Amino acid sequence: MKLIPDLIKKITDNEIWKSVFRHGYTDTPRNRVLQIISNVWLHLHPAKVREHGTKIRFTWCMGGITFFIFLFETITGILLMFYYVPDVNRAYADMVDLMYVVPFGRFLRNSHRWGAHAMVITVSIHMLRVFLTGSYKPPRQFNWVLGVILLVLTLLLSFTGYLLPWDQLGYWAITVGTNMARATPLLGHEGPFAYILGMRADNDIRFALLGGTTIGAPALLRAYVWHCIAIPVIASGLMMMHFWRVRKDGGISGPL
Amino acid sequence: MEVRAESKGLVEFKDDRVFTWPTLVAKEFLAAIFVTVGLLFYSYVVDAPLRELSNPGQAENPAKAPWYFLGLQEALVYFDPWFAGVALPSLIIVGLILIPYLDINPKGNGYYTFKERKFAVSVFVLGYIYWYVLVYIGTALRGPFWAFFWPWEKWTHDFPTPPPLHSMPLPLGIILMMGFYFAGLVLPAMINRDFFNKLGIVRYVLTMGLLLTMIGTVIKMVLRLSFSIKYIIATPWINI
Repeated sequence: MKLIPDLIKKITDNEIWKSVFRHGYTDTPRNRVLQIISNVWLHLHPAKVREHGTKIRFTWCMGGITFFIFLFETITGILLMFYYVPDVNRAYADMVDLMYVVPFGRFLRNSHRWGAHAMVITVSIHMLRVFLTGSYKPPRQFNWVLGVILLVLTLLLSFTGYLLPWDQLGYWAITVGTNMARATPLLGHEGPFAYILGMRADNDIRFALLGGTTIGAPALLRAYVWHCIAIPVIASGLMMMHFWRVRKDGGISGPL
Repeated sequence: MEVRAESKGLVEFKDDRVFTWPTLVAKEFLAAIFVTVGLLFYSYVVDAPLRELSNPGQAENPAKAPWYFLGLQEALVYFDPWFAGVALPSLIIVGLILIPYLDINPKGNGYYTFKERKFAVSVFVLGYIYWYVLVYIGTALRGPFWAFFWPWEKWTHDFPTPPPLHSMPLPLGIILMMGFYFAGLVLPAMINRDFFNKLGIVRYVLTMGLLLTMIGTVIKMVLRLSFSIKYIIATPWINI
């Protein structure tokens, strides 16, 4: 019965394996540390954390889950981009193809859609947890600010994605949402005091958002570019800062 | 572990740290697996909505924003779009951002406690619930023409005409509004001197101003629902 240990030794005890994995897996304190600090993904963590920070009843795991869903949405989103073209003549047909023609297309779209809703929920629960544990208190004030901006970006990510199916649901939801912009004080043509800046339907802030006076081809393209490129890039940058600051502000919060 | 305190000999330092691998990482991986399985299972069972091709000529009735914005859309019933759609969400975001700089209570940093920060926790939790109550009303209880329907009622286009609305006379409205903010700012400071002194004037005014605005939205809703008040302050330029 020495077959398996022999086989493992054959696989791991050579130059190729060792060039990839720098250390053994023997359960020693040293290897536990190396497991974290010699892995580019895992070294987001410190090698050791205070015990309460590993308790789900303390963290609810909601920040981590929100980040995970972001990754999940990135992967399913990239796959969806193979099948979807943000053109008013094609977008809806692409959705129907996804639902009925593309293998696993319906499953792919469903999971992207439900993931988006789940992310809005988890990020809001994460905020509640951080508030209830007073984790925004010094020295973590600024990380709370980053968190609020990330919350807003999560909502905007979901909102820009809402238009893309180009169906009645998305179209009128985005109509309702962006109609608010024309009531912006000073900057929207129906807002209070808009006449001061000479706002019209074709030069106000809503026009800038939609690229037109109604939701048409430019609005669809803008929603797509914001949704797939601009907001994810901005959010990723802010997430890096957010996680970095958790470490730099003294690790996960806890009783002093 | 022992740490030498300055000129005081040895003091005990409690080291409650554990190895991230595997204690935390294992839980994170498990959480990721559960979330994935949950999402995939839900996606297998429930289809994402897809209605007919968009048609600018035929509005959905009711036309609803995504669910997380329906609290704001619900506020549209009671406020003009510039407030419900622009000013209110901006105030919420600014208010959230300001929280760490307004709440200077050093207690409750990094652990759950209600006792040591009753004011902060009450205000935040009530605001949080308020937001989701509005989201629920907007999502589930608003039918065609944004008319109100209880969960057990069927959505219909045949509902009684809502009573006509009227605005307050301008002088009365201005007096009430100023009185509300004035009383709301002055009375708590007089009753709880300590609270005011601790915060200082700037933090106090910002905290109470935001809180009063939140309470004010509730009052406006009550005024509308019980007295059919359209605007408290109605001017040719701006209405509240």
